Amino acid sequence: MPKAFKALFQEHYRVDSNGAFVLPKELILQALQLLFEKDDYTFLVDMTAVDYLHQKNQPERFAIIYILRDQHFQNLITLKTYIDSSLATQSITSLFKSANWAEREIWDQYGIHFKNHPNLKRILNHKEFVGHPLRKDYPITQGQLCHKSDDLMDEMTPRLKTKGYSSQEELMFLNLGPAHPASHGTIRTFVALDGENITCAVSEIGYLHRGFEKSCENHTYNQIIPYTDRLNYCSAILNNIGFAHAVEGILGVDLPERAKFIRVIIGELSRIIDHLVCLAAILVDMGALTNYWYLYNPREKVYDLLSKLTGARLTNSYMRIGGMSHDLYDGFEHDLSVCLKEIEQGVGETLKLIEHNRIFHDRTQNVGIITKEDAINRGLSGPNLRASGIAYDLRVTAPYYHYETFDFDIALGSVGDVYDRMMVRFEEIRQSTRIIHQAMQRLPEGPICVQDHAISLPSKKEVYSNIEGLMNQFKLIYEGVKVPPMEYYRAIEGANGELGFFIISDGSGTPYKVKVRPPCFYAMAAYPRIIEGSMIADAVLTLGSLNIIAGELDR
Amino acid sequence: MAVGAEAIFGESLITTKLDSAIAWARESSMWPYIFGTACCAIEFMSVASSKYDISRFGAEVVRFSPRQADLLIIAGTISYKQAPILKKIYDQMSEPKWVISAGACACSGGFYDNYTTMQGIDSIIPVDVYVAGCPPRPEAFLDALLEIQKIQASQSLLEDRAKRVFKGVLGA
Repeated sequence: MPKAFKALFQEHYRVDSNGAFVLPKELILQALQLLFEKDDYTFLVDMTAVDYLHQKNQPERFAIIYILRDQHFQNLITLKTYIDSSLATQSITSLFKSANWAEREIWDQYGIHFKNHPNLKRILNHKEFVGHPLRKDYPITQGQLCHKSDDLMDEMTPRLKTKGYSSQEELMFLNLGPAHPASHGTIRTFVALDGENITCAVSEIGYLHRGFEKSCENHTYNQIIPYTDRLNYCSAILNNIGFAHAVEGILGVDLPERAKFIRVIIGELSRIIDHLVCLAAILVDMGALTNYWYLYNPREKVYDLLSKLTGARLTNSYMRIGGMSHDLYDGFEHDLSVCLKEIEQGVGETLKLIEHNRIFHDRTQNVGIITKEDAINRGLSGPNLRASGIAYDLRVTAPYYHYETFDFDIALGSVGDVYDRMMVRFEEIRQSTRIIHQAMQRLPEGPICVQDHAISLPSKKEVYSNIEGLMNQFKLIYEGVKVPPMEYYRAIEGANGELGFFIISDGSGTPYKVKVRPPCFYAMAAYPRIIEGSMIADAVLTLGSLNIIAGELDR
Repeated sequence: MAVGAEAIFGESLITTKLDSAIAWARESSMWPYIFGTACCAIEFMSVASSKYDISRFGAEVVRFSPRQADLLIIAGTISYKQAPILKKIYDQMSEPKWVISAGACACSGGFYDNYTTMQGIDSIIPVDVYVAGCPPRPEAFLDALLEIQKIQASQSLLEDRAKRVFKGVLGA
């Protein structure tokens, strides 16, 4: 627990009904510094702002939330500070490098200024955008045309100066993206090249910003589940689980045992296919096309299984608040074992091709290194953090769905290079397979949804045969699941790392605010610093190994 | 030894209309530029993989250079921030060129009815074939490809596609 913080700031903070420490904004930087240095709260999970325009009994309209974890990743602490009408506060980038982009996002979406921020400008919306869309008084459908992209020289020029370049003539400038064969999807990195070497790099995101968080504010909780599918579309079900898990936390419900085990099985299966795509894509980037077929074809098999189970290949929307849409089908176990066998074979054959391959080793080892300290300070999580040698896995440090009772190992790297990040993923596929086998053996019979008419839909028999059932169905569909007022953060181990949802509910069927903690966001923020000084071909592999998924990066 | 048509016809001549010969060549050798931004792009990866195998249609030469492509497949959400880039890429492609708008987002904004998502790419570039689905199944991509082939077969060489009048919201 934060002893030093509690001792020193006892008179300055109050703990609100949600368990957050509320501090005056002048003290935030000092408080975080103390938490960082004395109490070892070294991991800034996420930060976001809230617009309380429609909520009464709040001292100010805006507040900023800081969520941190300690060095063992078990304890979570939430700090909150209200922002007065000056709409400005201190930047915490001097403490946490990960705060850089987080603060830019708050400025972009809410218009709150951070003093001493190195480069406070828009990040998700385009530079011609006027206004701040996540404010409650911004009309949700008011789009604004963009005519010209940002040239990013405002970031590049000071960066070049710090590297000792006074004139730009000796360098060549190149845009990698936002539509480039070597940068996956919509990711843009602007690089200054000296021959083949990257001297400076600046990344820009937001090309796939789809307004997820604003859309959450006019949909009911169950309607949001299809939106979560499209965050990380390589492992849609894990995102479903993450969101449902957070809402269930506010509702305070405990899932039936069968539902928990199904979530473990399908969730781990999603983790496997996410890793398969990542590895297949990076091997293609390296020119190793054969491995793409080896890894991708088993994934097609998993898609067939998911189509049978959920009716959709990619965006499954299988979870519901309080359970899932339907039970496993007859013959699921057989199909699953076929899939797992094929995956095992695909991984085996890929490893056979690469594990003793000189080219593979030369191109991945000691390339794109992230040190332990840097990885933590930049907020990396998941396989990318574990590749740097830090044993942080929410399934182990803060277990849910009985993960503590499963027999599996955390895959760890030691160098934090591309090679480690790939091998950690290969190992995690194997570990996930182990978990699935154990979960299938222990899968109990029973209901798959909580038996509470305020949360789960009644059976079709009830709906068609009696008026209570019919009304129950109508109420839940039209008004949604009523979630008690609370500000709440809960996370699961997504395929890319800590996938958390910070939800503010106001008692209605629609969330007041949803903030996703996307693991990619922080990995992408670290990316330009990792590639500076390396070759341009290495930058491509580094990007592939971080597994940036634009859907969750931009939301 | 000759294979295929050469084996059957030997050194004889084949007479046909220039129109059909060129249409035949075009429809069997499309070079798609896959403008993949989101979920739909992942489904396109499946189209390219061995199960669905886009190369059965002669369209497996996926290019990421507008100069080398004649079929633009927009697979994924186009935000307002991305729109000028999409327009530039379309403009850089040389004629003749065709456009497939794949998936709900590209066609209409999909269920992203909000401040950041373009409500359909046909407000910036002309579209030949729309594909439904969120994301479309790989079969739907192939179906769209067949539709493009039909368009190519039906259009005469004399028709100057470059003169089509289209002025999108970002148009000069």
